Amino acid sequence: MGLRVTINGEECSLDRSVSVDVLLTQLGLEPAKIAVERNLEIVPRSKYRDVTVVEGDRLEIVHFIGGGM
Amino acid sequence: MTDLHLDPKPLTIAGRTYRSRLIIGTGKYKSYEENARALEVSGAEIVTVAVRRVNLTDPHQPKLVDFIDPKKVTYLPNTAGCFTGEDAIRTLRLAREAGGWSLVKLEVLGDRKTLYPDMLETLRAAEMLIADSFQVMVYCNDDPMMAKRLENLGAVAIMPLAAPIGSGLGIQSPVNIRLIIEEAKVPVIVDAGIGTASDAAIAMELGCDAVISNTGIAEAKDPVLMASAMRHAVEAGRLAYLAGRMAKKRYADPSSPLAGLI
Repeated sequence: MGLRVTINGEECSLDRSVSVDVLLTQLGLEPAKIAVERNLEIVPRSKYRDVTVVEGDRLEIVHFIGGGM
Repeated sequence: MTDLHLDPKPLTIAGRTYRSRLIIGTGKYKSYEENARALEVSGAEIVTVAVRRVNLTDPHQPKLVDFIDPKKVTYLPNTAGCFTGEDAIRTLRLAREAGGWSLVKLEVLGDRKTLYPDMLETLRAAEMLIADSFQVMVYCNDDPMMAKRLENLGAVAIMPLAAPIGSGLGIQSPVNIRLIIEEAKVPVIVDAGIGTASDAAIAMELGCDAVISNTGIAEAKDPVLMASAMRHAVEAGRLAYLAGRMAKKRYADPSSPLAGLI
């Protein structure tokens, strides 16, 4: 069964429930350089393997970019 | 850094010491390469950075961390673009997770046209962040009473604007900036409005502990050259402040003795 989630404001469908760790790999992102928020709560990097993305989740995946004030 | 042995104390923010009193931004540069070159020439040891969504359609775009090493340079995450305390706190919690450090720069803006800080929201957000163990440097207006309130809350640096963000108008209220410096026991860092080297020198001569420049460097015709100019201006202004300027006089005062004149 597929599931629908929102990542960075975009609706996406996933084939199955996966851990945050697996999702980041699928998206081609290096865990060391980013931060993840799931349903307004930070997912600590140490929990990426334990936290499973489920139907309806809203994820924000951010990193540092150039910016001033 | 040849002149800096004359500066008796380094800049200390939240217990960390820095030899450079110039902080530069990482926005508006043509490329991260140019930004990295400007950083090298500026001698800055702290850069401000933004927190934004990763680009999921092209995750292999150039990344700031590949050009400016966060192990060698202090990344100072800031909340540019946040208009509520909640947005700012959410952004900085993500920044702390992404970077692994708690020194941050809070700014809560009140208006898109002026990018002037909303001080009531800023105070509220600062209090919540400090309660959540952040070390908070705070962008603020140039009101000495607001600066004192922020310091009393536990801000680790007070960062009054010289002029609106990105305007390059220079120090518009030297009297207020000086009043803030006289009362503050934490570093005062002029943030926003520095347009060219002389603006930075004036800020430092007033007794500021440091200066931030982003647009002033990034939008110069030659940003790398301007980074060097800002570095020298900050050093010159700091040394002039420490040296103590001569008194201003209304009339001329000859530099050569009058005795023995033929």
